[in-house]
Amino acid sequence: MIALLARDLKLSVRAGGGALIGVLFFMTVVAVIPFGVGPDLNLLSRIGPAILWIGALLASLLGLDRLFQAEREDGSLDLLLMQETPLVLTVFVKCVAHWVATGLPLVIASPLLGLFMNMDEVAIGATTLTLLAGTPAITFIGAAGAAIAVALPRGGLLVSILVLPLAIPVLIFGVSAVYAAIQDPAPFLPPFLILIAINLFFAVLGPVAAAAALRLSSD
Amino acid sequence: MRLVAEGLSAKRGEDLIFQDISFEIPRGEALVVKGPNGSGKSTLLRVLAGLLPAETGTAKLVAAAQPVERLGEACHYLGHRNAMKRELTVDENLVFWKAFFGDFSGGAGISVDEAVESVGLRGIVHLPFGYLSAGQQRRMAMAKLLVAWRPVWILDEPTAALDASAEAMFAGLVTTHLARGGIAIAATHQPLGLEGVRELRMTGFAGVGEAVW
Repeated sequence: MIALLARDLKLSVRAGGGALIGVLFFMTVVAVIPFGVGPDLNLLSRIGPAILWIGALLASLLGLDRLFQAEREDGSLDLLLMQETPLVLTVFVKCVAHWVATGLPLVIASPLLGLFMNMDEVAIGATTLTLLAGTPAITFIGAAGAAIAVALPRGGLLVSILVLPLAIPVLIFGVSAVYAAIQDPAPFLPPFLILIAINLFFAVLGPVAAAAALRLSSD
Repeated sequence: MRLVAEGLSAKRGEDLIFQDISFEIPRGEALVVKGPNGSGKSTLLRVLAGLLPAETGTAKLVAAAQPVERLGEACHYLGHRNAMKRELTVDENLVFWKAFFGDFSGGAGISVDEAVESVGLRGIVHLPFGYLSAGQQRRMAMAKLLVAWRPVWILDEPTAALDASAEAMFAGLVTTHLARGGIAIAATHQPLGLEGVRELRMTGFAGVGEAVW
């Protein structure tokens, strides 16, 4: 399993791996918002956390379709399916590797992009923390979508459409936790804990669903 | 240890590809599946590997060194595609598969260096897999069979893209595998250069020839 994790991480940084595509997309989206919205600093800092979250959500969806498709194209998926190792575990490890390669850079880049949006330290800290807690859930949900679309030649958009409705709760609780942190009356912990709960829930359900879809899709 | 298949049939979509195929292979023997294009050779092998569901019938390994839930766990499958990453070096690919496969009980895989030596391609393991020629890629995919022990080899057109000397080399690998008590099932058009193997002749839609000994 460690070998699989190491291989997927290596692949993500080699040519065509696309680890940085997501973070570049994230930066592009967030960087153009101030130009579009105009130089109203108060407005920017108010919508900043939401923009960061939406950007991160879309950027996480970007590379998901390749999660299993690349394995299928070169025949590796057949061998992954045949092993004694439970397929759920294999899928889980692939998700973790995918998150480390594409989700973690988004989390790391978010404080910098928070500055673009004129956010203060508390808001930046809260956004980074909620992204850290929330983006793995998007990857786990996305794995199920990627597994369903694995046999489709242009499944990329389909994966996003399948995954987006399930990822909406993550977005809602992520953003509301940030706003709770910067606006006084609302407590920060309840939405944040729900976010973590969603994360843990999908960490179990996502790989199970993905494994079932992969078993059915083999041809 | 024996591989026993009973009454196998499989469908692709609505069409029955083959039906009622039964055979038994004891340890140390090989079965060559022959037949024209589209007669269901690849489908049969994928059913055996557990990658396609069988419509009817079962295939199982009897008296194996460890209990197997699915036959695929005891098999190496060499399909049309090589299952190696173009972006990684040959060495990284083989080291990964060796670690990921692990050994089936009753045998041990050889080291990556020895495996590469056995397929006659020493000295190019540092190259990315994508840089190799089609024949070299195929040979490296065969080295993958050697790094982890699996009693059953399922080989789909193993010698496609190989030259004559490589075919002889491959026949040697299979012979060695059989001598270690393994089982091999190969679908092929070319003679594999193996002696005393059984043949299963597939005749196309829903028809099956009988085994020729």
